[in-house]
Amino acid sequence: MNYTGLYEPHPYPGKLIVVEGIDGSGKTTQALLLHKWLQAANLPVFFTEWNSSPLVRSATKAGKKENRLTPTTFSLLHATDFADRLTYHIIPPLKAGMIVIADRYAYTAFARDTARGVDPKWVREVYAMAPRPDVAFYFKVSVQSSLRRLKNARAKIKFYEAGMDLGLCSDPDESFILFQSRVLAEYDKISEEFGLHVMDAELPMDEQQREVRRVLEAELQGYLGN
Amino acid sequence: MSETKRTTIPPRTYIGRGLPYNNIEGLPGWLIVLEGSDSVGRTTQLQLLRNWLEVKGYGVVETDWTASPLVASTIDLAKEGHTMNVLTFNLLYATDFADRLEHEIIPALKAGFVVLSDRYIYTAFARAIVRGADGEWIRNLFGFALQPDLVLYLKADAKTLVKRALLSTGLDYWEAGLDHNPGMDPYDSFLDYQSKLLKQYDLLAKEFGFVTVDARPAIATVQRNLRRHVQRVLADGLGHRPGDEPPAQDDDLDEELSSAGV
Repeated sequence: MNYTGLYEPHPYPGKLIVVEGIDGSGKTTQALLLHKWLQAANLPVFFTEWNSSPLVRSATKAGKKENRLTPTTFSLLHATDFADRLTYHIIPPLKAGMIVIADRYAYTAFARDTARGVDPKWVREVYAMAPRPDVAFYFKVSVQSSLRRLKNARAKIKFYEAGMDLGLCSDPDESFILFQSRVLAEYDKISEEFGLHVMDAELPMDEQQREVRRVLEAELQGYLGN
Repeated sequence: MSETKRTTIPPRTYIGRGLPYNNIEGLPGWLIVLEGSDSVGRTTQLQLLRNWLEVKGYGVVETDWTASPLVASTIDLAKEGHTMNVLTFNLLYATDFADRLEHEIIPALKAGFVVLSDRYIYTAFARAIVRGADGEWIRNLFGFALQPDLVLYLKADAKTLVKRALLSTGLDYWEAGLDHNPGMDPYDSFLDYQSKLLKQYDLLAKEFGFVTVDARPAIATVQRNLRRHVQRVLADGLGHRPGDEPPAQDDDLDEELSSAGV
């Protein structure tokens, strides 16, 4: 088995669309709007979300609860989740010629795990089995906007989201800013390395979605039948 | 004897890219690995090694493949459900190993224990390659593993192994490699799968410098051979803290075995 990986186009008839960004960047909303649009056009769409496979759910939950996760086990559990979804939810629909929308992809691991201190080359090697997306959007937002949006939505910042496991700072908001700034710096490098389509996530939602659809119409020409 | 103490301790290294956030310099313990196929007698030999070392005054910590509190139950569940493929299998093994490395092995080495590891990453390499995984990927994946001070490889041919398996617990679905040979007779599948594994172990033995020990002779003979190699590592500073008093070989091993009921 050899992996073509993220550096070469995948061999499948389907299309893989990825949305990336830190928590509170609005990427999930954009992915849902995109999903609606493609469904309304009667296209076969499959949606898959980061960290959603039942295989590692209990281990991840227990590990988080006991604060047992290290940067490496955190990374590996997410990679296991990814590999499971890849096997059952990403490759089969791509082989069947469907459109797969992935809310977060390997780039999330590259950004977060590197920000936690694992070797950036190692985490790329672990994800060598990931096919290259046809289009990957990166919703770029400032740490301040992200924090504001998250606090509006649910008042409390989560432990791992704030990078509290790294012991950077005992105040969750401060820790969030320190950790997510590192993540953003990694995303900038990743955008360049893998050619992500960078979106200004500070703009109004509908404006961003128009841009997303414009890009996809161009990229998926032929597939979309226009 | 204490005059032969080495003043410079060889640096600890990782197999590959390592854990950049984890400082492993100057860990005074020893990491000793026992590798080998299913039913080759690892558990019995490990127990005897442990007992011998403890009698000699060395603190011993044992660690087993796929036994971490974090994912051991997930691995068992997934094995029952048969939903795993070579990717998820190995990623879970890697998660399990990383959990034990960071929470058990490194802290024990820091505290000066002899860590006896029942299997190590080489087991994953052999199994993954037999199941068609990319050899480079699996080596990269486990690049955070510590280089052991000694890898003892207990070796026996597949025919010997199958007899031992039948006499102890019978043929297990995974040990017989039935996932690898669907529909095959368990006995034939065991021989086929274990022969392929042995071939991989032989290649790994060369690549990673295992010490191969013939596992076919009597338990006491095998144990004497193992002790000889362990003693050398503890004594000559190939480990990371030359022993003050290297444990002596015992002449009363047969007696020890009979009293232990082995």
